[in-house]
Amino acid sequence: MTQYFNEMYQGGKVRPPYARLEDWMKAMPAELRTLKQAEAEDLFRRIGITFAVYGEGGDPDRLIPFDMFPRVFTGAEWARLEKGIKQRARALNAFLVDVYQRGEIVRAGRVPSRLVYQNEAYEKAVAGIKPPKGVYSHIVGIDIVRTGPDEFFVLEDNCRTPSGVSYMLENREIMMRMFPDLFRENRIEPVDTYPEILRRTLASVAPEKCTGEPTVVLLTPGHFNSAYYEHSFLADLMGVELVEGADLFVQGEFVWMRTTEGPKKVDVIYRRIDDAFIDPLCFRPDSMLGVPGLMDVYRSGGVSICSAPGAGVADDKAVYTFVPEMVRFYLGEEPILQNVPTWQCGKADDLRYVLDNLSELVVKEVHGSGGYGMLVGPKSSKDQVESFRAKILADPGNYIAQPTLALSTTPTFVAEGVAPRHVDLRPYCLVGERIELVPGGLTRVALKEGSLVVNSSQGGGVKDTWVLAE
Amino acid sequence: MLSRTADNLFWIARYMERAETAARFLEVGSRIALLPSAGGYRNEWDSLLQASGNADAFARKYGDPVQRNIESFLFFDRDNPSSVASCITTARENGRIVRTALTAQVWDALNTAFQELRQLERTSRSELELSRLTEWTMRHAAMVRGAIEATLLRNDGWDFLNLGYHLERADNTARLMDVKYYVLLPKVEFVGSGLDNYQWTTLLRAMSAHRAFHWAYGGEVTAAKIAHFLILNPQCPRSLITCVEEISIHLNRLARAYGATSEAQARAQDMLAALEATKVEDIFDEGLHEFLSRFIREVAGLGSLVHETYLSGDMR
Repeated sequence: MTQYFNEMYQGGKVRPPYARLEDWMKAMPAELRTLKQAEAEDLFRRIGITFAVYGEGGDPDRLIPFDMFPRVFTGAEWARLEKGIKQRARALNAFLVDVYQRGEIVRAGRVPSRLVYQNEAYEKAVAGIKPPKGVYSHIVGIDIVRTGPDEFFVLEDNCRTPSGVSYMLENREIMMRMFPDLFRENRIEPVDTYPEILRRTLASVAPEKCTGEPTVVLLTPGHFNSAYYEHSFLADLMGVELVEGADLFVQGEFVWMRTTEGPKKVDVIYRRIDDAFIDPLCFRPDSMLGVPGLMDVYRSGGVSICSAPGAGVADDKAVYTFVPEMVRFYLGEEPILQNVPTWQCGKADDLRYVLDNLSELVVKEVHGSGGYGMLVGPKSSKDQVESFRAKILADPGNYIAQPTLALSTTPTFVAEGVAPRHVDLRPYCLVGERIELVPGGLTRVALKEGSLVVNSSQGGGVKDTWVLAE
Repeated sequence: MLSRTADNLFWIARYMERAETAARFLEVGSRIALLPSAGGYRNEWDSLLQASGNADAFARKYGDPVQRNIESFLFFDRDNPSSVASCITTARENGRIVRTALTAQVWDALNTAFQELRQLERTSRSELELSRLTEWTMRHAAMVRGAIEATLLRNDGWDFLNLGYHLERADNTARLMDVKYYVLLPKVEFVGSGLDNYQWTTLLRAMSAHRAFHWAYGGEVTAAKIAHFLILNPQCPRSLITCVEEISIHLNRLARAYGATSEAQARAQDMLAALEATKVEDIFDEGLHEFLSRFIREVAGLGSLVHETYLSGDMR
């Protein structure tokens, strides 16, 4: 039986950051809890917050279950996480600048050439381009799990367009509305500065050709997209226009948006559509979502695109293995956040180990996401393990394996009362002229007893995440 | 403001007004059909479809104009883009796209109409009286309109909503009056008869203007009075002149806000001036149908100008 780190109770005692929450929990009768839970759900439905986390697919009008029991970090714990996250975001961006320029890390033999240049996320179209301020990934979502008091591991990096931040903001909003006393009793760092910092970050990477106050827009695939709510929510809070591809056009050396007062020049595009769709003349010719000619303007410095096209090469699961190496290579520092040990099934030695220990490991597709197409060895039947073995053998390079992590648990409201459930954390690091991180993030919780999969498509929910002021 | 946002607001208003008109058409039709007439039952409904501009689409799908099918077509049919169900769904979808440009109350009114519509669609048709459907539509149209007037910031977005409402209403009032032409055309000898008056009165009822008409004119219902009321009287909220005046007001507001005059603005002023100079005799001299057809074309032209000027966002 694996021992899980319980973030609230250690050796029968309450850990200090949760002290006041224990009183709160004990003082809440079951009826009130049910009432509050219904109220929270009603609030979510009323504001229309429905979405799916990056790449998970599923019903666009689905509501993700909200758990009212907050997840808490001390100021000291957060300070260390913050350093580690910012360090990683810096290294990932340095890597991106490097692999689209001289490729020093490849020449030095620290990252295999094949993983970079033959990666399907490597965009030849942007080779040689250095985006403003040398930033490719402006919003880095880093998925982190905890296994002990001081043990944090990075599960994966999201350098393209990580979603879910609207949940971080709405979870807090709803908790503050429903339990104002909790916020008087605990000194909780605010997260509602995120939209303003995001806007500032985007404005800070305006192209050189932009003089004066830059015009920022958020480019969405449209209202049929499952994350449309988040797009309109962020655009509204930042006070920028929410545009679709058809609202933009290229003329001369700039990108323009169609407004009631005529065309208006656009300087920075925070895009929430994939590389493949942003410009039909450069990428997929059948894309209806993008802007024809956008890449030409981008290449000639007429507009900034966030995240920059090509950022995806830093965040696949095979490149992930090398992030600690990037930290050492570019920053000359030791990584503060650890990677989960990972075996590449594409390597003969690793493959042998993986096949010998399949029932102990978690196996994932290199490009997979959303908890689909993965094997959780200890939670799978013999048949499932064997059929997965066949899949790995058919295409070993497509898989990586990791030990089954003992994800920490936090108390969670369940039908029977309060019980420990496994959680992870996705903070959103903003990279522009400066690197900033609001104290908090999205905590996802596996609501099924014993489950280690927190993805909303697999029965996961979300929680408010607190960082206590020191 | 983004042109698409303005476009979405414009179409929320147009579709809500259009839904109301579809319901009014149904009301006119069912009342006219209650009356025994020379043309027979079939003829009235047919003229209704003609005037709504949907006769071909209906014939392709249903064949003969039977009342029950017409009710389905004008209220429930999603294949008919002008049915009440289609209009309310499209208006709400437009609203969903620009949620942040609307107040919670406006969104709530749009969304409630849509949610209740879905319930109506699940209700057995035998339980749904036609009058209930038309009243339901008008109630929800009024709630959306009320929420807009009571809660929305009076900025350019409000102007685009109002342009949508009044362009659509101008078109619809003209079309509703045109029904009369189609109903009466085959039998010129009916003009001035009891039947003729009954039909005119029905039209007034469908416009919720029956009482208002009597307040304004009194005495006997005549074609001239009604034409004056629905075309030239600026007191009547649905009259053509009121609609054009409102369009002109909102185009002027936009021109002021943006600091740029527009061709649409000039065109609306011309139309208003022409209506102000028109006497009801002029209309009958030209022929009511001819006058209305010309007016419908002019309104459509004005709509295109608004689109070119503000909603397309092209280089000018």
